[in-house]
Amino acid sequence: MSRRGYEGVAVAVPVTVPYVRYSIRAAHWWLARCLAELLKGCGLRKEDMDGFSVSSFTLAPDTAIGLTQHLGLSPRWLDHVPFGGASGIVQLRRAARAVQSGDADVIACVAGDTNHVDSFRLTLANFSQFARDAVYPYGAGGPNASFAFLTAYYMRTYGVKREDFGKLCVAQRDNALRFAHALFKKPLTLEEYLAARPIAEPLHLYDCVMPCAGADGFIVLSEERAKRLGIGYARLLGTIERHNAFATDPVQMRAGWALDRADLYEQAGTGPQDMDFVQTYDDYPVISVMQLEDLGFCAKGEGPAFIRRQSFTWDGSFPLNTSGGQLSVGQAGAAGGSLGLVEALRQLTREAQGRQVKDAKLGLVSGFGMINFDRGLGSGAAILGC
Amino acid sequence: MLELPKRKNPVLRTRLPTLPPAARSRIALGLTAAAALGRFELQQCRDCGTVQYPPREACQGCLSIRLEWKPQSPEAELLAATVLHHSNDLFFRERLPWRLGLVRLDCGPTVVAHLHERVAPAPSRVIVAAKLDRAGQAVLVALPDKEANMAEDRQLREFTCDPKFRKVLVTDGKTALGQAIVKALAAAGADLIWVGYAEPWKKFAGFDELKPLPQVTLLPLDVTDSKNVREVAAEIGGKVDILVNNAEYHRTYGISNRPGVDTARAEMDVNYFGLLRLAQEFGPAMRSRGADGLASATAWVNLLSIYALANFPPHGTFSASKAAAHSLAQCLRAELRPAGVRVINVFPGPIDDEWNQLLPPPKITPAALANAVVKALQEGVEDGYPGDVAQEWLARWRDNPKALEKELST
Repeated sequence: MSRRGYEGVAVAVPVTVPYVRYSIRAAHWWLARCLAELLKGCGLRKEDMDGFSVSSFTLAPDTAIGLTQHLGLSPRWLDHVPFGGASGIVQLRRAARAVQSGDADVIACVAGDTNHVDSFRLTLANFSQFARDAVYPYGAGGPNASFAFLTAYYMRTYGVKREDFGKLCVAQRDNALRFAHALFKKPLTLEEYLAARPIAEPLHLYDCVMPCAGADGFIVLSEERAKRLGIGYARLLGTIERHNAFATDPVQMRAGWALDRADLYEQAGTGPQDMDFVQTYDDYPVISVMQLEDLGFCAKGEGPAFIRRQSFTWDGSFPLNTSGGQLSVGQAGAAGGSLGLVEALRQLTREAQGRQVKDAKLGLVSGFGMINFDRGLGSGAAILGC
Repeated sequence: MLELPKRKNPVLRTRLPTLPPAARSRIALGLTAAAALGRFELQQCRDCGTVQYPPREACQGCLSIRLEWKPQSPEAELLAATVLHHSNDLFFRERLPWRLGLVRLDCGPTVVAHLHERVAPAPSRVIVAAKLDRAGQAVLVALPDKEANMAEDRQLREFTCDPKFRKVLVTDGKTALGQAIVKALAAAGADLIWVGYAEPWKKFAGFDELKPLPQVTLLPLDVTDSKNVREVAAEIGGKVDILVNNAEYHRTYGISNRPGVDTARAEMDVNYFGLLRLAQEFGPAMRSRGADGLASATAWVNLLSIYALANFPPHGTFSASKAAAHSLAQCLRAELRPAGVRVINVFPGPIDDEWNQLLPPPKITPAALANAVVKALQEGVEDGYPGDVAQEWLARWRDNPKALEKELST
């Protein structure tokens, strides 16, 4: 049975609460600011918003429900999606169905985290039961160590070179220089990338995201309501979501996208060749390459050749992570799962200012989350159009 | 190859010990329980046979909760390696760079393991073992082969208590066992061995053999004399890296065959209070030297008895004193843990000596027991049950402690 589409659903009001490296505020502060910006962006009072979806690592001991009282909300539809980098896509597809079915009319989706000086270590130490039992006691390298294994294996198997990953990082930094909220404000050269200090070999400094505080959010509502509010919006054309795919692969070389991409393109009525830009989940460059392969932009193992053939700046042959991605904007915890999504909305609503992809009509966003043990578990993707 | 550490500069600050992350879920402690005995066991499903890791509450193959910890083949392949140059944890931060591997076990699961420096670049074959780290929790290590020496590897030395280059106190050199332990430690490369002997006015059998060993320093030590223990600790306590407490008082009989409490009190005075006196005087100094360079304070070994697990009525009061010592050793283990100093309890069956004359063979020889003590230090186990009798008792006790009690009382 083919899946029902998302007719009539609008995604609007891209918000990024400017990131900072460290914050003395709680996650609640960041999520509150994000929500306030969302409401301001669509000209609604919080009483007019009847759906609320939250993703955060550092909100504990609270969850979404506690946040309703904290922020004085009374939604009739509430969601908490603690899936890290997969959260944005999952929040979006759940909210879209809720709006379509009439369970809620206006849903604010927010994702964000604070970052105290010691909160990253504490998050890592208690990230998951498997991480606590079987990863953290081994050098406490956090995701750097896990992705070092995947990167080393990928480089050996498919002949990816550091220069290839470097090309992605350098292009994203170029894009970030045109995004006001990016934490990295200086250009990055390939020479600087290659000369960076090692963090967890073969990963070096510029392969790793920088933890920071921040929040991103968007509004899901009906097209009709969006038109009445007079706000720009994108349409949702297709989505996929998958967790713990290919569990018996000894090392992660692919994720759920490889299983579900036909479903994604069929629902959207498009193919990878139709995309005007792509926003991957980019906590490490190897994961961007994996997504490009698994989502059909090139065959498995052809990532390096694809990288050498394309240019990835906002005005290049394959605009990728046009706001700079997490590698150049920063990783504000769970907000990383929405960073690409809000950038896609900006591109499709012509709000991308100095980095607007010309005539952008279709874009693909993907999410990837939760290194529970040795690999990322959650994957998702969405195709949006204007 | 490690070299004898240089003499330390007494003016410099002695670094305080740090521990690797110790938090584990209760189910994951199954790995630690096996590693404490030197075994590599993983969860296996009794219904579908799936071997899984990390430990889970249910089988990921069939959702059965009938899981048991079973010995697994250590054969594996190194899939990918990394060298950490950054860590979020103090213990590792002080020891960077640190090698890790992603390893696929032939029995199925992929695991993260500490990597021995002699392991060849991936892909390569490795042997996986479960070892206790400085926090006393199990971790997996990947070794190049079964003969790989952990003590020669800068990283993995942290998980052993190898006596090589270390200074050791053996509390009783008068017995055949004590002398065998001293010789085994000397053969294993101990730098200096202090050997205690009570009643120094009497020359004991074997004295002439011990005296000429270049590593050995004999010193009067009577664990029943608080003042004497305090004086010896004041003199050498700040230098002892490994303390082997083998002082023992052993008499036969249980309750009704020997009137009065004098013998039982003497057993307790050596076997239980002796340990307590040593622990109070030497424990604090060792605790402060848990991170004192390559030859830091590292282990405390107690010679207990398999009778500590279940009372052996023909040696009833002796069993009780060893059970008391075992309980106290658990307290000592908890108190030395923050310094990363490991308490190793050795539970031998009957030793082939005077007080076990009437027991049938097999009886463990002093030399075999001494080698077991050194091996326990080198392999970094927490509990050792050397010899056939100890192994058999342990199996019976683990299988059904009540059944063992009934078997011993008939």
